[in-house]
Amino acid sequence: MDEYTLKIEHLSSGFFTERGYVPAVDDVSLTIGKGQVVGIVGESGCGKSMIARSVMGLLKYPGRITGGSIILAGQELTGLTDRQLQPIRGKDMAMIFQEPMTSLNPVVPVGKQMREALLLHENMSKAEAKAEVIRMLSHVGISEPEKRYNAYPHELSGGLRQRVMIAMAMICRPKLLIADEPTTALDVTIEAQILRLIRDLSRETGMSVLLISHNLGVIAQMCDKVYVMYAGKIVEQADALTLFDKRAHPYTRGLMDSVIRLDASPQRLPAIGGVVPNLLRLPAGCAFAPRCPHAREICHTERPELEQIGPGHWCRCFERGRS
Amino acid sequence: MAEKILLEAKDLVKEFPAKGRKKVHAVSHVDLTIRAGETLALVGESGCGKSTLGRTLIGLIPPTAGTVTFEGTDLTALSQKELAPYRRQMQLIFQDPYASLDPRMTVRDIVAEPLETYGVCPDRAATTQRVRELLDEVGIPEEFLYRYPHQFSGGQRQRIGIARAIALRPRLIVCDEPVSALDVSVQSQILNLLKDLQERFALTYLFISHDLSVVRFMADRVAVMFLGKLCEVGTGADVYARPLHPYTRFLLEAIPQADPRLRDDEKNLLQGEIPSPIDPPAGCRFHTRCPYATDRCRTEPPSLRPLEGRLVACHRAEEL
Repeated sequence: MDEYTLKIEHLSSGFFTERGYVPAVDDVSLTIGKGQVVGIVGESGCGKSMIARSVMGLLKYPGRITGGSIILAGQELTGLTDRQLQPIRGKDMAMIFQEPMTSLNPVVPVGKQMREALLLHENMSKAEAKAEVIRMLSHVGISEPEKRYNAYPHELSGGLRQRVMIAMAMICRPKLLIADEPTTALDVTIEAQILRLIRDLSRETGMSVLLISHNLGVIAQMCDKVYVMYAGKIVEQADALTLFDKRAHPYTRGLMDSVIRLDASPQRLPAIGGVVPNLLRLPAGCAFAPRCPHAREICHTERPELEQIGPGHWCRCFERGRS
Repeated sequence: MAEKILLEAKDLVKEFPAKGRKKVHAVSHVDLTIRAGETLALVGESGCGKSTLGRTLIGLIPPTAGTVTFEGTDLTALSQKELAPYRRQMQLIFQDPYASLDPRMTVRDIVAEPLETYGVCPDRAATTQRVRELLDEVGIPEEFLYRYPHQFSGGQRQRIGIARAIALRPRLIVCDEPVSALDVSVQSQILNLLKDLQERFALTYLFISHDLSVVRFMADRVAVMFLGKLCEVGTGADVYARPLHPYTRFLLEAIPQADPRLRDDEKNLLQGEIPSPIDPPAGCRFHTRCPYATDRCRTEPPSLRPLEGRLVACHRAEEL
């Protein structure tokens, strides 16, 4: 048995478009230990959701994995056909999305949708599956689970739908849960409930979680280890405490400085100037150089490598530590 | 801070018809004042009625009952025609910069539209020149004048929406979740821009948001809303340092702090979901979620009353 639930090595994936290849994920390596909650943080278009879809085998044409390997609990996933992936998807790994309404079938009661996974992956009768679904609904904090079993998705609030999604993802006790912006569409009091639920489930069952978020608050509250992504590459990685205490990459620092503090009201907010680069026309040097306040000549001409700068702490920057 | 009152709502009610003979009680008997030059934030969770209140205040939605007074004039008593000169003084910035700009119009035409509607400039050339100036004020390079919305990023689109909103030099702008659809780094740029414009053009903002961090940065005063009613109104500094209403306290505690050292696995979370505005709870509308609710809270609606330099609608605010 592998010590990692998920081990991604040198993964590259992207889109083949009329205007050229879009390198959405470029040479990304990442590990998640058993029971660990690992975060990927970055802004829209940085490639974080693309990693999730690559792992789940959910890339659709023109998207494709172009290199590297994805090993889930010792098993290589790249190169598997859809049919070979099917017994793994939903059973060993499951995913929840930002907007549960888009991933729930609007014309099938939620209980029945959840039961499908059990009938597909587990050797259960319909009655056994129904009992298990009701048990799971109650486990994720849904009151009156027998009644909710027959509810259609539109009859539930946003928070309840996300609980249903989590219950559905958890029903086959996956080794890995991928949560892609799971609370972004929710109100803050409901967000807090859902985050606590994900963390408690992970602790209870030893399930590993890959948490994808743009929200540094969510990342700080939830993750053991964090990867920061920019323009398809990992630019910094460390355990959560190290990352927040010793942030090294100018992009990480820019992101953290943009977080609004509640105990002060400054006249202006620090902002990262400029915009995320077009992946079709990436700069020759470091992708962040055009927005970086510390960029030197070399940053515009050469691409920095990910280098170790402390225990478990890696950073992709020529200037780190100096600026 | 200016003390002059720009806009005042009294006993404002907005109900929408629902299935059967029922009604959605979106805004229920709200009293609110907006002072000239300030940023008043309206904060609350989805469905609490904050957007409806914002739109009712500037006359985009007619109220069911109550009055809205703009510099002494009761807007609710005016005809549509009489309302026109007031409308141009009150503008709106929308949440979704993708949905709020017409995809078939160039940036020039989008920003020129309000100028043309009110005949602000003598001719087309003057209008275009004015659009250039407006785009410059919001940081859009003038060579983008004839581009279409899809050629811009979310942050740039929001800048275009802002240029359109300030085109008529309004007094009051209702900003309805203006940065919720944007990335963090872009969000800061837009918030800074809004603050700069406020200072330059002496704007008054009603800033509607569910994001308590953004509100902390923007607001001089904060009004917390729950299910169609105001729970607490006070200065940003007061409300954030010492919230008096239990709902405000839960809201602030729920914010995930961007510091792993501040993890609190045991922190008190607000349970349950927001009740339906079709059938709001009797008494205090928050009582079904409030751990401190008593029999009085279940039967008698609390009024918004002064306490410690602010307004609070809670029977038990003193003891908690």
